Amino acid sequence: MIVYVLGRIAATIPVMAVVGLVVFSLLYVLPGDPAALIAGDQANPEAIAHIRHGLGLDRPFLLRLTEWFWQILHGDLGTSIFTNLPVSTMIGQRLGPTLSLLAVTFVFAVIVAIPIGVVAAWRAGSWIDRAVMALNVIGFSVPAFILGYLLAYVFALQLGWFPVQGYTPLDQGFWSWLGHLVLPAVALGSLQIALIARVTRAAMLDILQQDYVRAARAKGLPESTILFVHVLKNASVPIATVVASGIAVLIGGAVVTETVFAIPGIGRLTVDAILRRDYPTIQGVVLLGSFACILINLLVDLLYPLLDPRIRR
Amino acid sequence: MSAASTPAPGIAAAPVASETQQPKSGLSRIVHRYPPLALGATLLAVLMAIAALAPLLGTVDPSVPSPINRTLPPSASFWFGTDMLGRDLYSRVIYGARVSLTVGLSVALLASLFGSIIGFVSGSVRWSDAFIMRVMDGLMAIPPVLLAIAFMTLTRASIANVILAIAIAETPSVARLVRATVLSLREQPYIDAAIVAGTPPAMIIWRHLLPNAVAPIAVQATYICAAAMIIEAVLSFIGAGIPSVIPSWGNIMADGRALWQVKPYIIFFPALFLSVTVLSVNLLGDGLRDALDPRATGTL
Repeated sequence: MIVYVLGRIAATIPVMAVVGLVVFSLLYVLPGDPAALIAGDQANPEAIAHIRHGLGLDRPFLLRLTEWFWQILHGDLGTSIFTNLPVSTMIGQRLGPTLSLLAVTFVFAVIVAIPIGVVAAWRAGSWIDRAVMALNVIGFSVPAFILGYLLAYVFALQLGWFPVQGYTPLDQGFWSWLGHLVLPAVALGSLQIALIARVTRAAMLDILQQDYVRAARAKGLPESTILFVHVLKNASVPIATVVASGIAVLIGGAVVTETVFAIPGIGRLTVDAILRRDYPTIQGVVLLGSFACILINLLVDLLYPLLDPRIRR
Repeated sequence: MSAASTPAPGIAAAPVASETQQPKSGLSRIVHRYPPLALGATLLAVLMAIAALAPLLGTVDPSVPSPINRTLPPSASFWFGTDMLGRDLYSRVIYGARVSLTVGLSVALLASLFGSIIGFVSGSVRWSDAFIMRVMDGLMAIPPVLLAIAFMTLTRASIANVILAIAIAETPSVARLVRATVLSLREQPYIDAAIVAGTPPAMIIWRHLLPNAVAPIAVQATYICAAAMIIEAVLSFIGAGIPSVIPSWGNIMADGRALWQVKPYIIFFPALFLSVTVLSVNLLGDGLRDALDPRATGTL
């Protein structure tokens, strides 16, 4: 058990190192002079030289790379070339709205998707199953930001049930906070629901064929107990896997969903940084987003032995 | 398989009739057995025709501004309305199909090519496997949209750079798939037989491994095509994609962003076209998966 946990944790270290290497090397490997590009078309040579120095491009690659890794290990993500603030400070200021959006989306998606998948598997081939699978294809096909505009138009502008845009922090009232996040969470969560429901259905279908399910039915257990206790518990490993792998898409989708709903989170920070070509900030956001994905996947890896004792060995 | 549960005589007769005319032409059999495949392929063909024939479909120059015709709602002369520079949205959306389809198909091709090469090397050259897969794991850990944003911030906005940025983000999934396929095929006796017979490694890959890997790669490529079209639209929408002078669906929606509450039609039409295009590619992918792997039918 200890070996498994330590092994999993050790396996994330090279992955994080590769992520860092990729994000850092982009500065050097892409054609053209990034300093000139970031400075813009009207920049004078001094400004370009200043940016080149700021990015460390005037020093050798390997030296700069080790310095940069050393900084990251100390929690220093560099300095924004636009605001001159530490990137970690800027990200810290915007973390609240983004974490709120991700948390509400995640809870919403799991609560909706798993029962849908269970019912679809239970009544496989019925009209419910086919309706769920058809909705699934649509969930895969309509991008989150388009669904966001659609929802905002219908439920905020026309019906007035929710605020159109914006965000209020949690400490200014739970309902106001949640009210601002409902539509963004539905828009961002639709793809997650499609993913999780599809895998839940497939995993449940596999397990419903097992002999112990027939035994449970023969014993006279209520169908709901069989589905949600016996079968769902055994389907939890593939479900946890797809939930974890969906986090990357969720984080990428948050950037554009925040833009649609004018949520002042990390997505807004990223879009502003793109317009100003503030590469250190982009670097910090990409690094943080990737590390979050890696850590969540690690967490799920560590959960597996709890979900399925056979993995414990 | 699905009609059997319905007792209505008209419907119950259908499968029987199809069985008696079994030696049908390939096309109508595909339509009958895999409706999503047929629907997806048809929709995609229509969209490709629209993209190819854009100049003949009653369009005007999509980038010519017309200050007196700004933000007009859809009408007989401007079918989809006009944007805030007075450009005809119908023409812009129709020409936008070219950008989306070019990006989607190019990324699918490039990612399949890069991913197959990397996957074949990783799966067949043992000493390189651990190293290559750690690099792929690292690339896969970066959310694709964020990797593409980082790439685009450091290069000039162009269609080619957008294609390359998304292709790099999508390559690891193909590499992983091809490697897994190669690893499972390597255990087959006929591969051992080929090695014993002295077949050169390149020939083993070309003649024995590639044909078996084509089906999963093709399915994966369609999903990559769909993902690439969405990522392109997202990149353009937030200002990190196609140059804003080129009418792409993402750019048209970015233009309509400020006015969406009062002029929702600016965003509506490109959004509709993008969703239908992605839907058709996804249907094609689902259909291909079922058609190429009968075991998957009903379970996924």
